[in-house]
Amino acid sequence: METVFYILSSVLLVSAIKVITSKNPVFSALYLVLSFFSAAGIWLLLQAEFLAIALVLVYVGAVMVLFLFVVMMLDINLEKIKEGFWNYFPMAIFVAIVMLVEMILVLNNNYFQETSNAVYTSISNTEALGLVLYSDYILPFEVASIILLVAIIAAIALTLRGVKNHKGINPASQVSVTKKDRLRMVDMKSTTKLRGK
Amino acid sequence: MQPILQEYFPAFADTIWVLMKIVAIVIPLMISVAYLTYFERKVIGYMQGRLGPNRVGYFGLLQPIADALKLLFKEIIVPTKSSKALFYLAPVLTIAPAFAAWAVIPFNAELVLADINAGLLYVLAMTSIAVYGVIIAGWASNSKYAFLGSMRSAAQIVSYEIAMGFTLVGVLMCANSLNLGDIVAGQSGGILQWYVWPLFPLFIIYFISAVAETNRAPFDVAEGESEIVAGFHVEYSGMAFAVFFLAEYANMILVSVLAALMFLGGWLSPTALIPDGIHWLLIKTAALLFFFLWFRATFPRYRYDQIMRLGWKIFIPITLVWIIFIGAMMQTSYNGMFH
Repeated sequence: METVFYILSSVLLVSAIKVITSKNPVFSALYLVLSFFSAAGIWLLLQAEFLAIALVLVYVGAVMVLFLFVVMMLDINLEKIKEGFWNYFPMAIFVAIVMLVEMILVLNNNYFQETSNAVYTSISNTEALGLVLYSDYILPFEVASIILLVAIIAAIALTLRGVKNHKGINPASQVSVTKKDRLRMVDMKSTTKLRGK
Repeated sequence: MQPILQEYFPAFADTIWVLMKIVAIVIPLMISVAYLTYFERKVIGYMQGRLGPNRVGYFGLLQPIADALKLLFKEIIVPTKSSKALFYLAPVLTIAPAFAAWAVIPFNAELVLADINAGLLYVLAMTSIAVYGVIIAGWASNSKYAFLGSMRSAAQIVSYEIAMGFTLVGVLMCANSLNLGDIVAGQSGGILQWYVWPLFPLFIIYFISAVAETNRAPFDVAEGESEIVAGFHVEYSGMAFAVFFLAEYANMILVSVLAALMFLGGWLSPTALIPDGIHWLLIKTAALLFFFLWFRATFPRYRYDQIMRLGWKIFIPITLVWIIFIGAMMQTSYNGMFH
């Protein structure tokens, strides 16, 4: 068990570093996929199979596919982006230290200490999550879903700025086309007589 | 077998036992993949008034083996300026999820490699990562045709996965479980208890989405011979090319087995008079696979915008409405129909 954990976490760390050091953004995205995978493996070791599979399903299977989709089509010049690297470096270090302190404060909190919730140990992780979400935390869960819905509609409304040069088709009118609409039979009289006969 | 292993290799007995089970699943699977290609050529041949392969062995039965040998001896050509590591990785990434998903497929009430609780979720996760092989193949090939093919495939698979996921939600609402064995057990009691009846629209949508997910005709715009040559695997030759085909056919068998397990009662027999058994699962799977071949021989290729419209504007709304309908019916006195 411990060896598996060390293998997974070292793969996770190496791939996470590769995400920010790779020269090609496509490789960065693929290393991010690998680090998601290793994180899912670590969650499996903790017997959190629902979270692990959800991570693979949502982030690897959907989010990163769309990411790759965009990254592959862009022609990104990383040299230009990296120009001001050393100018921003002190600021970045400051932000990193602030984040580190914050994380230490949060993770040292009582909420993150190992607890044994005796009520939900007899059933599987997926079932336990469902029970907790839809009974104890039903209100926050519904609020979160409404916020998500608002975000989805807002994202569409922001990008849909009126239709320009609309070339869309109407499937209903396409399906209801008959022979009469498309085909015109023309009687052509031959002007010259065929030779021979 | 297991006690013998325990006696001689006490440290590795479990590992060896699991490895043997994996081999016992993979080898029949590879053979079925090989003969599915033969079957496909024969069926489509007869549908089009041809004979199909009939030269190698009796009735052309050795044709798949001859094809495999031919491809093994061919040179693998790597295009210039391609990304070599990814070019070789892509076929592996295509075939690995296609085989990995078989770990949780039950063949009868006892015969299953990993009887995990979240089996259905695992299968969904494995089928969703199969798209990486296609995307990476298209990008690493350094070819416009391949790239266009992989873009089409990625968009198509991501869209149809949503509809497919929703149909699975319907199944797990009826079965009250994510375990594939429990889902089949929930359908016991004859043909009328199979989930295909209460979930009929979802079954149709699942099967059509499965055809789209496996990039088969009439949804095979990712290959589209007439427009983009052969799509994402146009630069592949030899065994690397064959691996893409192995993965495609393995995925076809996988989605057919899943449809048989979730909607058609898996290994259960249609009536109580005939005993259950693994042969029922095989018969149902073979019947569903026949539909794949039939579609290919019958339908012309969909236009790309029509594929997207079908997935997003028709299938997803229908599945959502049907899930709400099932949920509502479960609260009424007709509850028994949905279990």
